[in-house]
Amino acid sequence: MRELRIHGRGGQGSVTAAELIATAAFTAGVYSQAFPAFGVERRGAPVQAFVRFSDEKIRLRSQIYEPDYIIVQDSTLIHDVNVFAGMSAGGIAIINTEKDLKYNLPEGVKLITIDATKIAMEEIGRPITNTTLMGAFAAASGEITLDALEGAIRSRFDGKLADTNVSAAKRAYNMIKEGRV
Amino acid sequence: MTMEIMEGSIAVAETVRLCRPQVISAYPITPQTHIVEGLASIVADGRLDAEYICVESEFSALSACIGASAAGSRVYSATTSQGLALMTEVVFNAAGMRLPIVMGIANRAISAPLSIWNDQQDSIMMRDSGWIQLYAEDNQEAIDMHILAYKVCEDHNILLPAFVCFDGFILSHVFEPIDIPSQELVDKFVGPFTPYQKLDVNDPISFGMYATPEYYLEFRYEHDQAVKRAAEAIKKYGKEFGEIFGRDYSELVVGYKLEDADIAIVAMGSICGTVKDAIDEMRAEGKKVGLLNLRCFRPFPSTDVAKALAHVNTIAVLDKNVSLGAKGAVAIEIKEACYGSNIPVYDYILGLGGRDVRKKDIKKIVDLAEKGEGDMFYGLREEVL
Repeated sequence: MRELRIHGRGGQGSVTAAELIATAAFTAGVYSQAFPAFGVERRGAPVQAFVRFSDEKIRLRSQIYEPDYIIVQDSTLIHDVNVFAGMSAGGIAIINTEKDLKYNLPEGVKLITIDATKIAMEEIGRPITNTTLMGAFAAASGEITLDALEGAIRSRFDGKLADTNVSAAKRAYNMIKEGRV
Repeated sequence: MTMEIMEGSIAVAETVRLCRPQVISAYPITPQTHIVEGLASIVADGRLDAEYICVESEFSALSACIGASAAGSRVYSATTSQGLALMTEVVFNAAGMRLPIVMGIANRAISAPLSIWNDQQDSIMMRDSGWIQLYAEDNQEAIDMHILAYKVCEDHNILLPAFVCFDGFILSHVFEPIDIPSQELVDKFVGPFTPYQKLDVNDPISFGMYATPEYYLEFRYEHDQAVKRAAEAIKKYGKEFGEIFGRDYSELVVGYKLEDADIAIVAMGSICGTVKDAIDEMRAEGKKVGLLNLRCFRPFPSTDVAKALAHVNTIAVLDKNVSLGAKGAVAIEIKEACYGSNIPVYDYILGLGGRDVRKKDIKKIVDLAEKGEGDMFYGLREEVL
């Protein structure tokens, strides 16, 4: 079983991201489970959402404490929350940031920084970074394919909103795949 | 069988639609809200031919269901926590009037202090109300139990209301793969509602009337007998459910690696999934631990419990509730069921108000039970006491 923890602020679509990543994984033939850290849904407040991936039916119901992957939607969270808690060697941390900062990473954790806000502003016209970071996650982790991710986004959004979110996800996916971050 | 991935609450709403209730009345409350929002949309979109009655409180919601059920309609409601507490008077009325109402409970803690998070104190509070109480381990069970509940409740030999309990947030808000059955199969299993008797202006009767001391005791006896009969009805229809849908519900208690276990954990609801994962890890370390999952709390399957646990040498009960001043409600029942067996039964009150329960907690509890330490609140933060 592999586990993903998404850190964001209320209103950034972290729960939606978790649900769409789980949907993408499931439609591609893997058991998945997505759920939020419950009851903290205030705009701007630190929130978490979780995804599990497994080849077998998932029974575990506790929150995720030792994630294989983290996504951080807002790098200022790092001052408030130990986003790297429980990570170990081989893990992947994807952080939305425009700055090249030094992070106190656990040993052996691979860091990927991407300016998802810039991509989201250019592609979607709003600083909502969840779909961009989902594209980065797909490329970096290999847990979900770009096709499955596109399908999941289109299952949630319609028309132009779906198109722009898919574009943002694809752009981030390709940047990671081509090592342009 | 076609698996889809969706939120538990939406799965419940879609399944209730398949059961074709004619009247739905509910009042939104966290974490039940998505269920009744879902049903309101389903009715508004014309996907279900039902009357959705908006009300100003949970008391009115269940009152509306009682009226509609007495008038011969299949009805549905859902609530949790304070909403269920506010319903209390009519919860007992619905049962005493022997109305086959099905109500989803997205289990949540009870105030005060206010908590919107999960435990099972709310439905346990209604232990003595004369409703059937089923507990789901996952969302598949939550939706299956809704279908099963209609079948059991509407049997003219039963005529009782039922709570289908599934842990708030932990199940209601999780996205996971689920098989939503076809309308054809649900129709085949549940069939149309045939009221045993109903309010009819041309043939007037009364429900829930005055019972003088010459009659009240007999009403209560017959109600108790019906709840007890429900055990066999659940088994019978649970088996039939398995034949139609491929998932068996013919047992009120389900063992996991229990046959050769020395230590048995007894639990209800979603925590059973975490317990199973912990058991697999403990088994790999050579510890013979098993689980008894209580799917049905009322009627309480005492005989089944005693039989399933007869061979173990220690029983650890996980209670997501507490009867303050006594023990957890499940432990009280397990002790009664195992009376005379000399197997020690240890109670662990845990997970109250949304406190997360992890595999390592289950392992610690097994260690405690092995040492004979129990009947405690597990996981207390001493520094805040």
